[in-house]
Amino acid sequence: MYSLRWRKFIDHSMTVLTALCALLVIGALVVILGYIVANGVRALNWSFLVNTPKPIGEPNSGIANAIVGTVILISLGALIGVPVGILAGVYLAEFGTHRFGNLLRFLIDTLTGVPSIVVGVFVWTIMVKPMGHFSALAGGVALAIMMTPIVARTTEEMIRLVPQNLREAALALGAPRWRVTIGVVLRTATSGVATGVMLAVARIAGETAPLLFTALGLNYLSTDLLHPMASLTFQIYYYAASPYDEWHAMAWAATLVLVGMILALNIAVKIFTRNRHA
Amino acid sequence: MQKRLIEEDLHRLRDKLLLMGGAAEKAIMLSMRALLERDSELAERVIREDDIVDQIELEIDQMCVDILVLKQPAASDLRFVVSAARVAPSVERIADHTVNIAKHALSLNNEPSIEFAFDLQKMAHVVQKMLIDGLDAFTAGDPEKAQATIQNDDEVDAYYDQCYAELIEMMTRDSSTVARGVQWLGVIKHLERMADYVTNICEQIVYMARGQVIKHSVW
Amino acid sequence: MQSGSLVSPNASTPSVPERKSAAAEIRGQDPAVIAKMSIANLSFYYGKTRALKDISLTIPNHQVTAFIGPSGCGKSTLLRTLNRMNDIIPNVRLEGRVELDGQDIYAPRTDVVSLRRRIGMVFQKSNPFPRSIFDNVAYGLKINNLTHSKAELESRVEASLRAAALWEEVKDRLKESAYGLSGGQQQRLCIARALAVAPEVILMDEPCSALDPIATQKIEELIVELKEQYAIVIVTHNMQQAARISDLTAFFWLGELVEFNQTEKIFTRPDQPMTEDYVTGRFG
Repeated sequence: MYSLRWRKFIDHSMTVLTALCALLVIGALVVILGYIVANGVRALNWSFLVNTPKPIGEPNSGIANAIVGTVILISLGALIGVPVGILAGVYLAEFGTHRFGNLLRFLIDTLTGVPSIVVGVFVWTIMVKPMGHFSALAGGVALAIMMTPIVARTTEEMIRLVPQNLREAALALGAPRWRVTIGVVLRTATSGVATGVMLAVARIAGETAPLLFTALGLNYLSTDLLHPMASLTFQIYYYAASPYDEWHAMAWAATLVLVGMILALNIAVKIFTRNRHA
Repeated sequence: MQKRLIEEDLHRLRDKLLLMGGAAEKAIMLSMRALLERDSELAERVIREDDIVDQIELEIDQMCVDILVLKQPAASDLRFVVSAARVAPSVERIADHTVNIAKHALSLNNEPSIEFAFDLQKMAHVVQKMLIDGLDAFTAGDPEKAQATIQNDDEVDAYYDQCYAELIEMMTRDSSTVARGVQWLGVIKHLERMADYVTNICEQIVYMARGQVIKHSVW
Repeated sequence: MQSGSLVSPNASTPSVPERKSAAAEIRGQDPAVIAKMSIANLSFYYGKTRALKDISLTIPNHQVTAFIGPSGCGKSTLLRTLNRMNDIIPNVRLEGRVELDGQDIYAPRTDVVSLRRRIGMVFQKSNPFPRSIFDNVAYGLKINNLTHSKAELESRVEASLRAAALWEEVKDRLKESAYGLSGGQQQRLCIARALAVAPEVILMDEPCSALDPIATQKIEELIVELKEQYAIVIVTHNMQQAARISDLTAFFWLGELVEFNQTEKIFTRPDQPMTEDYVTGRFG
């Protein structure tokens, strides 16, 4: 039996310790964000957002093509990856209880761990090489491959959180299984699944490697899915690796734009999926 | 097995009922002695001690209500409590009859005694024995014994008829005995009624033990 | 009536001939009472564990039948065999027959979905969908295509809420989330939801176990009212509740039906010593 004072001391110490660790994590985030903002705002202005890149030295150089490109590539990736991921997650949670489900789960987890550059090379092999040129479509597929396992696993986890008695309530009313899954289970898990999708989007929005081998980059505005397409990450990589200070500053500004976009998307989804009946 | 909460209450209720039954049984004996031994002091005592029986009856009433509402008994427990609530008034009525006998004793003791051939002591004994057996059957929850006890009621009835006839005959023969004879008629009527109450108690015991209602039935 | 149980337990008493007379006895007693469901020689297995052992009993229409017994005695399992809710659990097996209006519900050609519409269920924990009050009640009507117009849908939702004694409390907030209701209201909403699809039998799995006494009383009053139109089967741990609301009570122990009898008989003079021990709390 320890003394009361000793127990109180331990109690307080642990509270302080955990609080410090939490602060450390948040601190790192704040430092990173602060650094990006501090460096990014210098080159950030309206003209930067609405113009396409110009050769070094020319005024009014911008990243409009990269912003549009990123939006298109992410949308494409999400369009392919989200439905596949959600349906796979539904299967794992609702139907894949046997050995096949476990195998599938293992494979999906493995896919999550595959380095993004491997995904890029893979898509290059199956799409870019046969087609003979880089394309936005290939970029979208690469991003989709990266998203699918994340969406699938978070969807599965979120669906598992839906209480069994909700399913039973719907079944007891004479609802067929598929209607229970869509109308009750998925619906109840909506905000969780949306969070998972967001996580996946945020993850792929920051990817450069898979795009290097697929969508590549482009110095002017294009919406043609069968041709190369610009993206913020590629643009950042390209500018940052250059020897020019002006381009370095533009890389920082592009980074700020990318972070801002992801943040805005997060907030939008939070507002949209705020469960009205929860 | 752990002791059930209700067990304690049921024990207390059973003890109370036995205490009450014992008091009634004693009252039968004392009232008969007061009558046959012409002991007015004893008669006064019977009348006085009836208050104790009345008091116990009230307590049993309260205990039964409390157990029903607080412990919510079921099955045999329920039947026991309900039976206790119905046995107690019967015992109380028996004690009331002993008081009436004691009152007859008080007034008869002031008159010259009369002789008659009938053995009243024997009839009183049968009634007293019935009450003792009934209480035993209650304690043991023994329906066979209760049913056997009920059979004795016929014996008491037979005694009653016999004695009734004798008293009528006596009064017809000698009109000076009429005033006392009527009182004696009252005494035997009280004894006969007591046996009826014991019968009721025994019927209740059969219900308590078996959940079977034998009241008002020819069996 | 002083004769034995309605359906003899599989204990020592001879079973088969008495079983037949038992069903006849229910009908014989009161012409209005007819068998709605009947269970014959039902055994149920979770993997290799036999959770129900050779159960036979008859569930009469327009009566409340209570299943009582200690935890793990199989009463909930039995309840869930009645609308085939156990089908969704893997590795289970069933032997014997369960009939609804004389039709074997485990026959291969049975449409489980329409069977479950005919047999409503209310659960231990109230489980409204994360939707509005209105949509909760409307759900079953919509998925079963039971209404043909918006007006009809609305009137059936209202009728169901009224039947569940909830209408007055929610009529001004139908569009609000069902999660804003109190526990007792949520449970009545679940009852309304079950009633909306016009079932014939209502199964209730400890519907009051999470409710306070006032809410419990309301549900109990509702159950007694509802039996005019439905056959009701209720699983309960609360013996006073079974005594208050049921007409017939079945006592289960270790997967066996020990005794099935009129409720008042079970609670005043049960036939089986084991029932006696259970209702008096002597169970060791």
